[in-house]
Amino acid sequence: MKILVVDDFSTMRRIVKNLLRDLGFTNTYEADDGSTAWPMLQSGDFDFVVTDWNMPGMTGIELLQKIRADERLKTIPVLMVTAEAKRDQIVAAAQAGVNGYVVKPFTAAALKEKIEKIFERVDG
Amino acid sequence: MSESTSESEEFEALLRQKAPILAQCVDSGNIDEAINILMELQHAQTPQIKDEKNVMQTLSDKALILHDQINDGEYETALVTLREMLNLRDRGLYQEVGRLTRALHNAITNFHIDYVSGKDPSDMSEATDRLDYVVQMTDKAANRTLDLVEESLPVADALKNEASELKKQWERLIARDMTPDEFRNLYWRLDKYFKQLDQDATTLSGNMTEILMAQDFQDLTGQVINKVTGLVKEVESSLVDLVFMASQVETITGIVTKGKEEEIQVDMNMKGHGPQINTNQDDVVSSQDDVDDLLSSLGF
Repeated sequence: MKILVVDDFSTMRRIVKNLLRDLGFTNTYEADDGSTAWPMLQSGDFDFVVTDWNMPGMTGIELLQKIRADERLKTIPVLMVTAEAKRDQIVAAAQAGVNGYVVKPFTAAALKEKIEKIFERVDG
Repeated sequence: MSESTSESEEFEALLRQKAPILAQCVDSGNIDEAINILMELQHAQTPQIKDEKNVMQTLSDKALILHDQINDGEYETALVTLREMLNLRDRGLYQEVGRLTRALHNAITNFHIDYVSGKDPSDMSEATDRLDYVVQMTDKAANRTLDLVEESLPVADALKNEASELKKQWERLIARDMTPDEFRNLYWRLDKYFKQLDQDATTLSGNMTEILMAQDFQDLTGQVINKVTGLVKEVESSLVDLVFMASQVETITGIVTKGKEEEIQVDMNMKGHGPQINTNQDDVVSSQDDVDDLLSSLGF
């Protein structure tokens, strides 16, 4: 399971990576915004993307839209982990095809639950 | 007209006298003094403007005169009146801008908590430096905490694993289900474990204390952020004053502008709003449960 963690704050990437490692996912990579993540997604065979929303350069929602518009990448599950908590935004993310939405500050249990749910759906 | 001509001559004389001093003050970095001189010049230039009501009254009076003059076909004098109105408007704005500059300068100067001598205190970059400092402090504290947690977790896990292994053997000993050789083995294993436990517990306790200490950034960054918030509030209220002033001038002169709030709103939804400080608003979710409810209502 190859996972890409996209967040502009290195500490948040580190926290997410540590939580993922606790869940048994050790093959994780990092990108600091959408424009860094995009070429990595193009060249690497990633199975899962965890992304923040508010980032300089390309935002998380733009990255999501780009992934869904790409023939090869459109089926990758995307989990949004963000401080953005406006209802309109959550609806927009859902319409863009997000697989899960976790609001910061979040607990390890919440992240675990969402990730497990996503893979349940993807596998089943 | 003769009155305002003598006024402007007086102002010119004062300007000639003050300009070299002003230049000298700016050159030598004496910004406080320079601003005082600017204020003085401004007062000299706008002696007739006492307050906003006065400006409004004068503008209204002039407007009536202008109206009469145009009706009477006195276009030359009408132009002079018009120019006077424009001057009045400009002066009012200049005065307000000057006042704001002063307030802004004071706000930035007051913003210092431990100002290092030799650097220009009026530099706006000081505020951004302070915020960078907050980012650095929080970054350092988060990384320090994570380092310690990463260091402590394997230690705690090893202790726990060995403890559960020893517990199993201990239970066999209680049940008298153990050979003398196994007992000897357990004996020394326990001895080793107690030594290890003593050492590791000390390490863990030390790490906990360090994690505790790493949170001290909150106090410092909190102070800095409060100062910045204060600065922003001061600047904001000054800007509100300016906008109010400008709107009054615009109402009289008939210039009306419309904002583009809706467009900005759409853009913000794409760009992101940042953390929601007040989750009691209707358009904001207050918890992960709300997010889940909203998504399941959308068919998730």
